[in-house]
Amino acid sequence: MEYTPQLYSAALRMTRNKADAEDLVQEAMLRGFRSFHTFTDGTNLRAWLFRILTNVYINNYRAKQRRPDETDLADIEDLYLYRRVGSFDTAVASLSAEDQFLDLFTDDEVKSALENLPDNFRLPVLLADVEGFAYREIADILDIPVGTVMSRLHRGRKAMQQALYAYAVDRGLVGAASDT
Amino acid sequence: MADCNDTLRELEPFIDGEISDEARNHIHGHLGTCVDCQQAFEFHLELREAVRRKASNDELPASLVAKLEVCLRDDFDGDGTIGSGSGDTAPVG
Repeated sequence: MEYTPQLYSAALRMTRNKADAEDLVQEAMLRGFRSFHTFTDGTNLRAWLFRILTNVYINNYRAKQRRPDETDLADIEDLYLYRRVGSFDTAVASLSAEDQFLDLFTDDEVKSALENLPDNFRLPVLLADVEGFAYREIADILDIPVGTVMSRLHRGRKAMQQALYAYAVDRGLVGAASDT
Repeated sequence: MADCNDTLRELEPFIDGEISDEARNHIHGHLGTCVDCQQAFEFHLELREAVRRKASNDELPASLVAKLEVCLRDDFDGDGTIGSGSGDTAPVG
């Protein structure tokens, strides 16, 4: 059960609450145990488990949340957050190393930025950026073409960056003189 | 500039590890001569790492672990442990 912590984290990003995430992981693992004979040895067990998790989520929880299946995102410029690094307050921006700069964002802010994406963007971004699956694996898990995976990643990532920037503005980390 | 645009267009596939060796070499070549693009790539590599780290650190609840142990004991058909380990034939129960 080495993948359980990853499955639980992903389930939390999907359902956005602990009780549902526990139920989702339990249901997915149960299905995994029961259909383990269908798993082909030598293929990717982790991808197989995430496919089950994702399917259970889509079938059992997405309907419950009454969210529209296909939500679109506004067009957002490329390199959204990167282009705005200069608008952060001088003291903040002087954290020259990018990893320190990005530590400005709390874990909860990053989680919220991801969780607030519409499902059809959130699932690809979760599977790629958090779980590290390849385009082809994500296409198989979500049953959508690779090109669709790529375009949803592109747009979902930009929307996440926009959300992170908004959190920074809310917290007063961005200089008042900034445009945007 | 055309090379900057071409390079930035490949930023996401590059970070995702989804480009050919040839394209990767081309990008590395450009980044070696262009500080602007190099900074943009480094920022997005760090951003990716920050997102992964910050969105995957939830503590597994003990209650879930306990429930899964019950599932394993009661529902698993005894084929062996879940996992690919050949020869790993620990019986259930």
